[in-house]
Amino acid sequence: MTSMKRRIFLKGSLGAAAAGVAVSAGLLTPQAVLAAWPKAAFESKEVPTALSALMGTDATTPSADITIKAPDIAENGAVVPITVSTGMSGISQIALVAENNPFPLVAVFDLGDKTLGFVSTRIKMGKTGDVIAVVKAGRKMYAARKGVKVTIGGCGG
Amino acid sequence: MSTIKLRATAKGDEVTVKSLMTHPMTPTTKDKKTGEEMPAHFIQEVACEHNGALVMTANWSVGISKNPYLSFKFKGGAKGDKVKISWVDNTGATDSDETKVR
Repeated sequence: MTSMKRRIFLKGSLGAAAAGVAVSAGLLTPQAVLAAWPKAAFESKEVPTALSALMGTDATTPSADITIKAPDIAENGAVVPITVSTGMSGISQIALVAENNPFPLVAVFDLGDKTLGFVSTRIKMGKTGDVIAVVKAGRKMYAARKGVKVTIGGCGG
Repeated sequence: MSTIKLRATAKGDEVTVKSLMTHPMTPTTKDKKTGEEMPAHFIQEVACEHNGALVMTANWSVGISKNPYLSFKFKGGAKGDKVKISWVDNTGATDSDETKVR
């Protein structure tokens, strides 16, 4: 039965079976994941409270070794491409914050030992403001920010 | 069929993973006319595996754009290795996809 499931998964012919295997393999169980999601941090309306809830402190050291690639002017606030890269070593976490969003904390990336300090994604920005990247290296938190002008806000609601 | 497009390429032992997921990523909204509230629907966690070992997990809020794009890199990979991405959204729905590093 297991090998049959594996064949279906590898074929990719049944999305439901593939998802079922992912869940049954224990990789992601909905209950475990939803329990681990940093709710307090994501539901904070201020940057310091979000960072405190997430990392235990809101104290960050500015770092020139963190590069944020983002458009100076976002054509569409609903889709703003952001790339954060850093050459720092010992990085365990990168957090993405859109300072003027209703809920500033947008994403948290937990990195494995061999994973590089590089993440690229697209975020929603409600209005013009800074995108802040917070990088946790060792026990310290470093941050960099970049201003993005938003002409059409993308937070909906 | 998975709703995830996934590609992993190796340059030396550095693997770059690019993925595009199909998902509405909508916040809680209230219909202006009926006042009916539509609950939020968004991917909360994404897990990425390399040859069965977890290399990254991402926790997302509804602030990630619709049809999320995600790219990241890791070392110690090689052509032919397996890379897998799975996600769980706030309704408990899941999806995943696996690819071989090229």
